[in-house]
Amino acid sequence: MSVQIWTYIMVGLTFALYIGIAIWSRAGSTKEFYVAGGGVSPLANGMATAADWMSAASFISMAGLISFMGYDGSVYLMGWTGGYVLLALLLAPYLRKFGKFTVPDFIGERYYSKSARLVAVFCALLVSFTYVAGQMRGVGVVFSRFLEVDITSGVIIGMIIVLFYAVLGGMKGITYTQVAQYCVLIFAFMVPAIFISFQVTGNPIPQIGFGSSGAEGTYLLEKLNGLSTELGFAEYTNGSKSRFDVFAITAALMVGTAGLPHVIVRFFTVKKVRDARKSAGLALLLIAILYTTAPAIAVFARLNLIQTVSGQPYAQMPQWFSNWEKTGLLGFEDKNADGLIQYVADPSINELRVDQDIMVLANPEIANLPAWVIALVAAGGLAAALSTAAGLLLVISSSVSHDLIKKVFKPNISEKHELIAARLSAVGAVVIAGYFGINPPGFVAAVVALAFGLAAASFFPAIILGIFYKKMNKQGAIAGMVIGILLMIFYMLKFKFGLFDGGKVAVAALQSKWWFGISPEGFGFIAMLVNFAVSLLVNRFAPDPPTEVQEMVETIRIPSGAGEATH
Amino acid sequence: MPEQKDASIYWKKNLRYLAILLTIWFAVSFGAGILFKDALDAFQIGGFPIGFWFAQQGSIYVFVALIFVYVRLMNKLDKEHNYYND
Repeated sequence: MSVQIWTYIMVGLTFALYIGIAIWSRAGSTKEFYVAGGGVSPLANGMATAADWMSAASFISMAGLISFMGYDGSVYLMGWTGGYVLLALLLAPYLRKFGKFTVPDFIGERYYSKSARLVAVFCALLVSFTYVAGQMRGVGVVFSRFLEVDITSGVIIGMIIVLFYAVLGGMKGITYTQVAQYCVLIFAFMVPAIFISFQVTGNPIPQIGFGSSGAEGTYLLEKLNGLSTELGFAEYTNGSKSRFDVFAITAALMVGTAGLPHVIVRFFTVKKVRDARKSAGLALLLIAILYTTAPAIAVFARLNLIQTVSGQPYAQMPQWFSNWEKTGLLGFEDKNADGLIQYVADPSINELRVDQDIMVLANPEIANLPAWVIALVAAGGLAAALSTAAGLLLVISSSVSHDLIKKVFKPNISEKHELIAARLSAVGAVVIAGYFGINPPGFVAAVVALAFGLAAASFFPAIILGIFYKKMNKQGAIAGMVIGILLMIFYMLKFKFGLFDGGKVAVAALQSKWWFGISPEGFGFIAMLVNFAVSLLVNRFAPDPPTEVQEMVETIRIPSGAGEATH
Repeated sequence: MPEQKDASIYWKKNLRYLAILLTIWFAVSFGAGILFKDALDAFQIGGFPIGFWFAQQGSIYVFVALIFVYVRLMNKLDKEHNYYND
């Protein structure tokens, strides 16, 4: 059977499964819609969190990014896993005990203020919309490559599927489809990795394989370092970023991970405080399976690429080369007209253009794996993108229906009407996300990376201080969040988009002007520190929070009597 | 009020666990994987320079272990303070 038939079968089967789960798990109340009724088991929540978290970027792009960045790619590995330690130790148990529906709920009640809630809603919407647009785009790319439909139809098919289970089932439907999606995506990621590790090193465990030696007896990493330096790239195990920037980006990604609303709300769905702790551990364990495999794939793929193409005649390239040239993710331009492919660091001589996404998507073809494995990768990429998109859409819809409509504009709305409002805002969110997926505003990919900076600069300090500093008042928290997020937005606009210096063309030249040498991706760390400092400073000049708020802080520190999430 | 005193002892112990676990968290990632990476790279385990290994593998394994240690410590503490049965 051909790859395309296999892909139709795999994608068709998984989609049928998601729709079946959606019909089985319809939400009947706002509580089911927002927090799946609050009775999800720690293992199910761990799996759902892992799928929620691992997006199209983790599945499709990350191994490829590391492949080209080498050691510098460690920022994603440590940043996107280390954040779970913060989440498990500093946030999840207390927010579960607090027992409400959304992150703005916590900010609004802890800081006894509608303005604080509104600031939090604004931050949640900004973070979630930037992130979700990238997911819809990922869905489109997978469809167009593997099923040869155009990106627009791909995005629309993806929209209909997500719409179906997010609108019908709310958090309940999302949770159980995410459990299924985790299984699909981890299987799809691991199967080719194990095949390739065994082919290259004779060891089926990729985590060990990439530290061992290939057929000729030299260690793979040593060989890759040698080849990289020969071609003018930085040594693979050393990278080229400054250590301080690596530090800042890692910190920003960690703190941003812990502050992402769509991840935090997953911990509102379990029954008890201790379930929240345990499911955070299970989530990270399940995530770590993919995250420790990705750097191995990165090494195998980079070696494979260099050895297949470097200095070889273009006419003798294998079939996959022309397959991927058609998608535009791979390109060859014979600058010196010798018919050979020069793949080197120097851009004036280099003749090969490789998109990072190709490293995971084309890897099974490059390694000559069977057709069903290639099809599996398509189904896995879709599972990763859809599960994350659904989680984000829920945050958007609950921010609108619960935090804006119910808590601010129309407090006496009935349960039934709030549920309708929640469903309608989910529909609205899907349509807007789909629009951005079809017409990406050029900067989607850049902004997705910065969503972490925005989350780090806004939510993280307000939540941490809200739990660990009883005397933190609303004036301090609001000032911190507003200044933190504005500073982050300013730095992004200035150094990522060159807005104040003549637009995109100026971005490269501005690099030497980065504050303390920190890239926009790492600046969330600085903005977070500024948020903390401003919060604590303003806190000194404003009155203490009311006694009932301080008592509430005392109770969320104690796990017993968590009860169920309530209005 | 004995109950409140108990709660504050519980909280202090919790904070101490957090301090210890987060120190390890910092040491394996920012320490071994970034700040002391170059020094550690002088040594190898198999084909891995050690600093590089911590940055791309070791820190992640330790993160997972840290959360499960925390879960056990807190379950024990909850039981001691009768917070275990809701």
